[in-house]
Formats: sequence, C-alpha cells, structure tokens
Amino acid sequence: MFTLIQIIFVRSGQTALIALRALRRNKLRSSLTALGIIIGVASVVAMVAVGNGAQARITSQISALGQNLLTVFAGSKHSGGVNSGLGSASSITLADAAAIAREVTDVVAMSPEISTTAQAIANGRNWSTSIVGESPDYLKIRDWKLAAGSMFTERDTRGAVKVAVIGSKTANELFGPLNPVGQSVRIKNIPFVIIGLLESKGAGMGGQNQDDRIIIPYTTAMKRLTGDKYLRSVNLQIISASRMEAAQQQLTSLLRQRHRLTTGQDDDFNIFNQKEIADTVNSVSRIITLLLGAVAGISLLVGGIGIMNIMLVSVTERTREIGIRIAVGAQPGDIRLQFLIEAVTLSLLGGLIGVLSGVGAAQLVGVVADFHAVVSTGSIILAFGVSTAIGVFFGLYPAHKAAALNPIEALRYE
Amino acid sequence: MNTPVIELRELVKTYQTGEVEVKAVRGVTLNIQRGEFVAIMGASGSGKSTLMNTLGCLDQPSGGTYRLDGVAVAGLDRRELAKLRNKKLGFVFQSFNLLSRTSAQDNVELPLFYTQPLVTLRERRQRAMEALEKVGLGSRGGHHPSQLSGGQQQRVAIARALVNRPELVLADEPTGNLDTRTSIEIMGLFQELNEAGITIVMVTHELDVAAYCKRIVVMRDGQVISDTLNGNRRTARQELATLNDAEQTARLG
Repeated sequence: MFTLIQIIFVRSGQTALIALRALRRNKLRSSLTALGIIIGVASVVAMVAVGNGAQARITSQISALGQNLLTVFAGSKHSGGVNSGLGSASSITLADAAAIAREVTDVVAMSPEISTTAQAIANGRNWSTSIVGESPDYLKIRDWKLAAGSMFTERDTRGAVKVAVIGSKTANELFGPLNPVGQSVRIKNIPFVIIGLLESKGAGMGGQNQDDRIIIPYTTAMKRLTGDKYLRSVNLQIISASRMEAAQQQLTSLLRQRHRLTTGQDDDFNIFNQKEIADTVNSVSRIITLLLGAVAGISLLVGGIGIMNIMLVSVTERTREIGIRIAVGAQPGDIRLQFLIEAVTLSLLGGLIGVLSGVGAAQLVGVVADFHAVVSTGSIILAFGVSTAIGVFFGLYPAHKAAALNPIEALRYE
Repeated sequence: MNTPVIELRELVKTYQTGEVEVKAVRGVTLNIQRGEFVAIMGASGSGKSTLMNTLGCLDQPSGGTYRLDGVAVAGLDRRELAKLRNKKLGFVFQSFNLLSRTSAQDNVELPLFYTQPLVTLRERRQRAMEALEKVGLGSRGGHHPSQLSGGQQQRVAIARALVNRPELVLADEPTGNLDTRTSIEIMGLFQELNEAGITIVMVTHELDVAAYCKRIVVMRDGQVISDTLNGNRRTARQELATLNDAEQTARLG
C-alpha cells in the first residue's frame, strides 16, 4: 500500500516535471494560452468585486436612511397640467400624523416633516438651503448623530421655539471652521439659535447632499415659516423589519379611511417602505452582479477552449515524442497524466495571475471611480476552482487522445 | 533454462485497410535463443516490419502464438504490453527517435523513468552513464541530439535500448540513415554487444548489413523463405581496416 502511494506520488512528480519542462520550452505559446484564462479569471474577480461594491454602496445608502423606516408622502399636486411632485399635495395633516401615532401598532417613533427652501443668513454670509421641520424623534428615526450640541426637545416643539440644528455642509458655508453651536442664524428674517451640529452623512440616495440643511421643530416651521397646515410627509420608525409590511397595510387603510377614499379611488398619499426598497435594490444588484459574473465566465470558457486548442496542437506536434515514450514503456496513464498536468498547470497559472490582476483591476476601479470594490473570497475560490476544472475538462480530451495513440503510427509520424 | 527469447508459432498478422484485408504476416514459426544475432531480411512489403512491430510488442498478433521470454503476449492489454516493452525490450530505430530537446543523458534515462518498481534518480543517472560508456559516448551525456553526428545519435539510441538491461534488442534498419563508415562502426558496436551476451534481432533490406549477423532469416510475402546461419560473416574490425586501406590507396593515387 505504501509503495503504491509512493509510486503514484513520485511518478506524478516526475511527470509534472516533464510537463513543466515542455511548457517552459514554449514560453510564448504557454503565456498566450494562459492569457485566455488570466483574462477570464481576472474579469470574473473584478466584475464580481465591482458588482458587490455597488451593492454594498447602495445598501449602505439605504441603511443610512435609518432603521425600519416608513415614510408617508402627501400625493402629488396637479394644477393646469403641471405636476408638482411627491409631497406637494395638501393631503396629510397633523391630525393624520397624530392618528397614525395612536392607531398604527409597532410605530416606535414619528416625525412629521415640512420642508421649504430659504436663504439662511449668519456670520455676514448667506446660503440657500433647505429648511426642514421635524420632531425630536427625527434623529433617532434617521439614525443620525450630532457632532456637537444637542437636539431640540419635545418642549421646544410644543412651544414652537426658534431653535435649529444645522447640517455640516450648511454650517461650513455659513461659519467656516467656527463652531456654529450657540450662534444665531436668520431664516426669512427670523432669528434662530443653533443648538446642534449634525454629523456629516454624505450624499443621499437621490444624490442630493443630506448635510446641506437646517432642521427646526416642525411646529416652528409651520407657524413661523410656511404658515401651512399640511405636512410634506410623516417619517415613521417601525419596531422591526418583520413588522413593516403589516404596519404599511394598517397605515394605508387608516389614511384611506381618514381621507374618505372609496374603493377604486387612488391613494392621495405614497408610502415609502425602506425594507421594500432595500429588498428590490438588493435583488436587482444581485442580478447585475450575477450577469457581470456570467459574462466574465464566458470569457473564462473561451480561455478554456484556447487551452484545449493548444493542447491538441501540442499533442499533434509531439506525436513522435509520445510514440517514443510509449515504445520505451510509458503506460497510457503516464502519457495522459503528462498532458493533463500541462493543461492544468496552464489554467492554474492563469488562474493565479488572473486572481491577482482581477484584484488589482478592482482596486484600480476603486481608485479611479472613488468607489470601494469588494473582492470576495468566494469569487476568488470560485474563479480558481473553475479555472482548474476547465484545465482538467479541456485537457482531458487532448490527453486522452495522446494516450490512445498507436505507437507504430506515432513513431512513423513526420 | 533453455527458454527461447522469442518463440513464434504460426504467427499471423492481418490489417484492415479500408475494405481490403492485408495479410502482412502469414504463418511464421521461429525460435530465437539467447545470445543470437539475427537479421530479418526482405524487400519492402515482405512483412518484415510488421513482424518486427509484433516482436516489439507494439502490436498484437492476429493469430498464432508469440512467447517473449516465456511470456505469452497474445491477450495482454496495453498496460501489460508497455511493461513488457519496458523490461524486456530495447528499440533502435532507423531515424534514431531521440527526444530532440533533451540531453543524451536524459534520452538514455527515458525507459527507467517508466520502470516499476521505481528507479531512484541516482540510479537512473548512474545506469544511463554506464550505458553511454558502453556505446563510447561517456563524455557526451550533456549534449543534445542536434549537437551530435548521426552515428553518435544512433549510439545514444543504442544506449537507451540497453539501459534497462533487456532480454532482447530490436533494431529496425539501424544503419539506414548512416554513411558507410558509420554503418560499419554501428554494426561493430552491435557485434561487441552481442559478444557480451546481448540478443539482437535486426530488420534490414541490405545484404551488406545482414552480413554482420550470425543468422539470416529471409521473408517474402509474409512468410519465411529461408533461415540460415551466416557462414560468411563479416566483422566490423576487418571491414574498417579494409576501408582505411582503400582510403589510403585512394589518397596515394
């Protein structure tokens, strides 16, 4: 038993040596053949990395919206053929918001939202920014932290106090490096005291800068800025992801009932379900990643066919060599192994270089496109495994052909 | 131990070429004992090459029996034939059939590479060296075939045939690609080896070459038509002396 294993190992080692020597003799040809696999593997690794990176980025943008977020937007307003877009219609009132908080189960936090755009003046500078009225729960809902100062309180909301929490971008525009907390900012000529500075959150899903805003109590916004009694939207946080669908259904029926909508009539509001969006985006980006990987996989297959092609040429070219080996006593298995090892070496080498260049390409994309490509171990292992399997698969036929040669004809081959 | 190295009984070999059945060997009965030096002669198409391939276990007979060193060859599969070739046979070809990009030493080692049980690297090197010394190329082991003359290449091939200490060396027109002088030298080498006890069977169509052998078998149409001991045997030593004299004369003239 031991000697058998020894024979297999030592023989394979020796045969591998012959195979490697043959590959070394045809350096250019070997490297061109491996190039097919290199490109295939590299593109699989890079494509999947880019796809994963895109998915991770979108997912993080969605989760940056907050946790288990449901947002009810007022419907859109049509007037004379002009559609003013989501949240523009006057359909959701504070009473609606209160009813939601009261009747929809599993709501853990609520923030009615009013928003407008206004010129903010402070520190001798001015800046046009969006002014958003919210409740104190807003930061919790959006999973947003303060860099300095504090959030306004329930009491500030009740009293419609003129306090503001400022986004980092807006703060930078108005105050530069100065600490804005404690400073005053005038919005539509009304002075507000800045009591908090938001942490930077970066671009939102629509690409708009979330850090360019001033948040004030919604009561203050309604009373002093817009004079409006309608809300743009209501932000809700639901207790867990699994309860979101049920909450959405409750919400819909509640609002339809409150707005006296009959069956057949369209909703006059829209519900944004974060989980739904996340699920959709995830499944879409998964499909895109899969698609990218599949396209790259095809090039891997083409690389494999290249290996088979070259191995067939190599077998034909070396017919005489094979004949000599068989004549002096090589077993069919020895010949098969020799050519199989050549094919697998080509594909493994190609796989190795391919993985390295794939990772490199993914990093390069990351640097150029300011984008974090995620190289997954899975894709590396897969690409490696597939390239080896391709070497075996596409090497098998030429190797078999070599082993099956008739030595008499092989020796006569010119 | 009087087992013949080769024992053929009514050996038949037929080929199927398209729809035509070619009877290349039609009933050859032949015994070759240890230590013999046999030439198999015949015109092309006489079946001598087919017979040689069968003797060399490169091909299976279609009928009759073939015993190589007492082992019945019929019915053995490719793997067992390969083992037989490796252990008991050494081949010398007309066109040398060396691996061109491999050194003489490595070429000679080739059969040992496929021997079971395994031959260690060290023993391979040593035995290849010895074989190369036997054919007078002890110092040329590192040369590639392209750096060697035709005669030297054939010597490397003979060393390769000898390296696994075979029962029998089979040579197929071994001097076919060589000039007169080199041919005589190669035949001289075969004679030396035969004197040292190695059994040699050689296929040739040249009477000049067959004249160096001890026994001459002539074939025609797939059958043996004569099988005689060579009473008029040439020795390479004498032939070379004659050749040298002739050259001397030519130069003087």
